[in-house]
Amino acid sequence: MSEATHLDRREFVKALGGGIVVFVNLGPVTLFNSRAPNAFQRGYPEDINAYLHIAQDGRVTLFSGKIEMGQGVMTSLTQMAAEDLGVALDAFHTIMGDTETCPWDMGTFGSMTTRFFGPAVRAAAAQARLVLTDLAAGRFGVPRDSLTVENGVVYVTADRSRRVTYGELARGQEITHMVDEKAVLRAVEEFSVMGSSPPRLDGYEKVTGAAQYAGDVRIPGMLYARVLRPPAHGATLTRVDTSSAEGLPGVTVVNEAGIVAVLSPDPETAEQALQQVKADFDVPEATVDTESIFEHIVRVAPAPNVSEAGGDLATGRSQSARTFSATYYNSYVAHAPIEPHTAVAEIQNGKATVWSSTQAPFSQQSTIAREIGFAEADVRVITPYVGGGYGGKVGGLQAVEAARLAKITGKPVQVAWTRAEEFFYDSFRPAAVIEIESGMDATGNITLWDYQVYGAGSRGSDVFYDIPHRSVRVYGEWGRAPQGMHPFDVGAWRAPAANSNRFAAEQQIDVMAAAAGMDTLEFRLKNTTDERMVSVLKAVAEAYGWESAVTPRRTGRGRGLACGIDAETHVALIADVTVDRDTGVVKVDRVVCAQDMGIVVNPDGARMQMEGCIAMGLGYVFSEEIRFQGGAIQDVNFGTYELARFSQMPRIDTVFVSNDELPPKGGGEPAIINMGAVVANAIFDATGARVYRLPMTPERVLEAIRST
Amino acid sequence: MTQTISFNLNGEPVTLETRADRTLLWVLRTDLELTGTKYGCGAGLCGSCTVVVNGRAVRSCITNLESVEGKEVTTIEGLARDGRLHPLQQAFFDLGGYQCGYCTPGMIMNAYGMLQQNPRPARADIIEVMENNLCRCSAYKRIVEAIETVAGQTGGSHE
Repeated sequence: MSEATHLDRREFVKALGGGIVVFVNLGPVTLFNSRAPNAFQRGYPEDINAYLHIAQDGRVTLFSGKIEMGQGVMTSLTQMAAEDLGVALDAFHTIMGDTETCPWDMGTFGSMTTRFFGPAVRAAAAQARLVLTDLAAGRFGVPRDSLTVENGVVYVTADRSRRVTYGELARGQEITHMVDEKAVLRAVEEFSVMGSSPPRLDGYEKVTGAAQYAGDVRIPGMLYARVLRPPAHGATLTRVDTSSAEGLPGVTVVNEAGIVAVLSPDPETAEQALQQVKADFDVPEATVDTESIFEHIVRVAPAPNVSEAGGDLATGRSQSARTFSATYYNSYVAHAPIEPHTAVAEIQNGKATVWSSTQAPFSQQSTIAREIGFAEADVRVITPYVGGGYGGKVGGLQAVEAARLAKITGKPVQVAWTRAEEFFYDSFRPAAVIEIESGMDATGNITLWDYQVYGAGSRGSDVFYDIPHRSVRVYGEWGRAPQGMHPFDVGAWRAPAANSNRFAAEQQIDVMAAAAGMDTLEFRLKNTTDERMVSVLKAVAEAYGWESAVTPRRTGRGRGLACGIDAETHVALIADVTVDRDTGVVKVDRVVCAQDMGIVVNPDGARMQMEGCIAMGLGYVFSEEIRFQGGAIQDVNFGTYELARFSQMPRIDTVFVSNDELPPKGGGEPAIINMGAVVANAIFDATGARVYRLPMTPERVLEAIRST
Repeated sequence: MTQTISFNLNGEPVTLETRADRTLLWVLRTDLELTGTKYGCGAGLCGSCTVVVNGRAVRSCITNLESVEGKEVTTIEGLARDGRLHPLQQAFFDLGGYQCGYCTPGMIMNAYGMLQQNPRPARADIIEVMENNLCRCSAYKRIVEAIETVAGQTGGSHE
């Protein structure tokens, strides 16, 4: 540790007002801290992932670069800290996503908060507990192991009248402690806070309307901005006339460096002013649309990455008694958080402060600094509560726009996208094509798995069935897709690529089970020895009350099964559906979900995520699909782009497969990945028809039934 | 053209000198600084802006200010009394009827409006009335459970 870093920590603790601070750098460096950018310049320790501050009044503050967007991590991270520090939850204050006070973080996505950030928090808390216990040992003149900690109080175990609180121990102290050893964490048997489901820390604010989101920030003199938008991606502005807008009272017009905006102290006036702006755009001719995109994606696909390979496909074919070929499709899907992208920016004395609805405050800080020509240290991004993200709030154009307009006008500026802007600038879940050729021998052992995915990506394509001859080839993974593959931005959408991959793979398994004349659960169990997968399959079957049957039964009601792995969590679902064979309308009656996610930090919170995944998934299963013509997005609001609703809700049962041997794994995404296949497999059981394209609209279901 | 508009807001009289054709949502969020009522779609399609006017849930994003003249407007900020949560708020809190929380004020206000009209709705009534309120986190199951709890026990009153 360098001397300079030492000094920075001391300065830093002074700024916090004394007390005890415990920093932790657990690594793995590549996951957390590949840059840890200019933290050092801010007089801020550069090599830390998390820290805790114990104040002289006993209050504890947990600082986290992660953000709260509904997934409940404000509560679960605090539970982890409380557990290992030995204090009650209500002694905590948790600060998230503020680039000025929180340690650098890559962003909140990938179900990584609990898996990777959680251990850092626990280590910091465990170390803080040791530091405090040692202070108490010194005060009482007894060895550390003769002391007990309970609720922020250290006792001499043999004489509980000798006691001292954490706050008393922190008084007059200015201690920094760097965790550079593996701390001893509390064992599962000792848990009192982890493994329980206390009321969420964000709950009271959220049910009273007090919870602050970016659009709720009010700064005196703030202007509401509306930005001129093109009618299509790829369009260029050829002429603009802002003279009418300029004539409106109180309206400021900006036309500078590629941004045309109108601003007003009142958002409705800004909207009216935008209507007065006359603009012509040169719109390139559309070459793809909602229907032709699939052929296009396959045609322009780059050479594949082989994400999995084993055996030899030709041998697999020759060993197969039967082979099965199918192609699966899914359309572009929007994130559609109910809170559109919003930011407020204020520039004062050469420093920019930006309140942003973002999943990645630190990368926003860099982007904003670059775009407005400020040093990173002079840009502070504060993340209030985020009104839903699902992967859609990783980029942050709205925050850049707010910062640029604040710089240009010299006033605080809010940029809050309308619903149409939100649909237009979304980074959609990519349309995808998946081609599978699979084979099995005469006894139902899978012998061949030749899997090619275009446009989605590799996540969720793992082959956990025991297939000797297999190949998974990924063409144009999202984030690395070549220019022109997609007519607009695509990005991470809750378990990116996994929803597409499981829709295809788990249907293909079902196709083979039916052809083998085997029950679909037995077929899966026969073909996998993955122990965690076997456990979740058995658990979901037991919770459901599974009885062996060969599909399809064609009774109009059906039962589907699907499973997968996401964020190191193993998950299996069973769904019951009723299909109206005259209209193609499908009602999901019941969904049972079993998950092995290792240690469950907050069971109720984990169930909320599972339920949300299942319910949200019904949207992309049945109705969500972005209609477009070239770069023009035709869905601009919820009237045509249909999310899941109350009346679609099935009965939902959630089950955990206990696995306390394993540290906590991801919980925000796994349960959604199988929603396509579990419903498609149930439709097959109900009707004998296979639906190969998402969303499975009534028209597509009807078409499948009629062509069966 | 500026007009004088008066109404009761969360039990207190307010008077505004402003244009009558302004939208209630933005007047609440800007002039009156009550930011609990949220913009979601601007077209009455998602319900996150729901407030209660004279006992009925309305979409404030498509409601003219003029139309609330002389009426009783209740927003999410007006539900808790003396620091005590309204039973609906308490039920959403206890049962986890929210995730990101952004649609939550609209959900609670829509349910509050329903209970004003029908204190003992059956599950099917709840689903029908809540149908056009969207929750992207999809906490629907628990929202229904929360409303059912209140509908059964207290009919939605504070007492």
